[in-house]
Amino acid sequence: MSWLDKVRNSLSNLSKRDTPDTLWMKCPSCGEMLYAKDFEANLSVCPKCEHHGRIGAKARFDQLLDAGYSVLPTPKVPENPLNFRDTKKYPDRLKAARAANPYPDALTNALGTIEGAKAVLGVQDFAFMGGSMGMAVGAAFVAGVEKAIAENCAYVICTAAGGARMQEGILSLMQMPKTTVATRRLAAAGLPYIVVLTDPTTGGVTASYAMLGDVQIAEPGALIGFAGQRVIQDTIREKLPDGFQRAEYLHAHGMVDMVVHRKDLKGTLAMLLGYLARKEVA
Amino acid sequence: MISFLDFEKPIAELEARIAELRATASGSDLDIESEIGKLEKKSSGMLVATYAKLTPWQKTQVARHPQRPHFLDYIRLIFTDFVPLAGDRVYGEDEAIVGGLATLDGRKVVVIGHEKGHDTPSRIKHNFGSAKPEGYRKAIRLMELASKFGLPVVTLVDTAGAFPGIEAEERGQAEAIARSTEACLALEVPMVAAIVGEGGSGGAIAIAAANKVLMLEHAIYSVISPEGASSILWRTSDKAAEAATAMKVTAQDLLGLKVIDAVVPEPTGGAHRDPAATARALADALGHELDALGALSGPQLVRQREDRFLAIGSL
Repeated sequence: MSWLDKVRNSLSNLSKRDTPDTLWMKCPSCGEMLYAKDFEANLSVCPKCEHHGRIGAKARFDQLLDAGYSVLPTPKVPENPLNFRDTKKYPDRLKAARAANPYPDALTNALGTIEGAKAVLGVQDFAFMGGSMGMAVGAAFVAGVEKAIAENCAYVICTAAGGARMQEGILSLMQMPKTTVATRRLAAAGLPYIVVLTDPTTGGVTASYAMLGDVQIAEPGALIGFAGQRVIQDTIREKLPDGFQRAEYLHAHGMVDMVVHRKDLKGTLAMLLGYLARKEVA
Repeated sequence: MISFLDFEKPIAELEARIAELRATASGSDLDIESEIGKLEKKSSGMLVATYAKLTPWQKTQVARHPQRPHFLDYIRLIFTDFVPLAGDRVYGEDEAIVGGLATLDGRKVVVIGHEKGHDTPSRIKHNFGSAKPEGYRKAIRLMELASKFGLPVVTLVDTAGAFPGIEAEERGQAEAIARSTEACLALEVPMVAAIVGEGGSGGAIAIAAANKVLMLEHAIYSVISPEGASSILWRTSDKAAEAATAMKVTAQDLLGLKVIDAVVPEPTGGAHRDPAATARALADALGHELDALGALSGPQLVRQREDRFLAIGSL
């Protein structure tokens, strides 16, 4: 019996209501009860089944960048250009997302070093409106790449998104070519572009900057694809194969270079940058 | 025989009445002739009035009209000496995207576009205009060919979206679309895209990241179909009309947002009522843009295209 089971069993007399939900959590994959602090200390990876939990920008920066990094400002973009409203007004959705998240939109960049190698790291946060790509995400991506070019260093992006932000309609679709202009400029500057695909990365994000890396890394078990599984199922009316659109499936089909456990991610990035990054001019 | 859309019902009824009168008229009956004349005038007046104020959802239906001219109609109507080029050299030949060498009013170009098909066998052959990765990889190959030989690129966009299926995913649909968009941006030759029917999401932008983007008057262009937006945002399938309005999918809206550069007018009652006139207007608009872009150097064309997409939606 693991220590965790012991703790869990000793608490079995408590009803669920009495357990603060910030203290204990259930692994969304295997259902194991986990002490939240230990889960976090384990990089938000389930110690039992190795499920990689979704994490935000702050946790990623802390995990991947050396101490002393600086978070870059999120560029301002026009808000609610279509005056969009579905069951709620778009500004109300934005407001709620901002109240629940530390950064003003779904993509945040930081400038720092990865085991000494300088890089700009962009992180998409699924918790912010499903990580969806609207003008703010597009502008942040472009700004992150521009910063990397100015600093003569690599741009590393951890992607996570359900796809385009539908509340911005066609303007969200236009982020696909816009971000691709940025990756082309980074390439023209001879600087590395490394993509870390995290759970989930689908839709227009996958079909633009998330698939254009010099090196493509995926986190274990991450859902990665173009079309959503329900859409595919509705189109073909057959059961989807096991592991369909998971990181390992993409690796087997030649779409990513490697599937890397979160505990090895920083070291892998540092190793890659060691090979690909421009040598600092003295 | 034109098939009428739901919102054209009053016009359809009038037309049926006219046809009925014609069938009974002996040819010399002046009363019936003058009645037919009156009804025809009324019918065409109703058509003008209806099409002058189509809602976004009605435009969606016009854009998807089964008789709307498609890629191969435009090839037949305005391009000459078309040499189709096939295959992606990797996996297969995807006929949802058709392309090749062609001449547009004396201008040698590479033309690429989605083809939806016009009857059941051709729709199946062209997979209803929904391309798989090999379709986009063929588009990339043709764009690179155009760049190498200094030929401008014309694309005609008409797809509900890239094909959502297992084999498309396993062969890298997302990567193929991303690389196709990138190939558009890399072109050192002029590129003009025209949304002629449906501009559906990533499957459309993959061949529409052009120097100039035109749109037919009743075409639509959107990040997701109105039905898809309805089911995701409203969690019901019956808010498509509302979603079409909210998402601003029409040529008129998109011109205002600077997503497109010009609207190509359609004949009264939509492109399907006069494909030849529609095609002629499209040819003139494409030619106008190609000639203007011809003055720019390769690097200037790349820069103009980059600036165009960087500027969309900026403060």
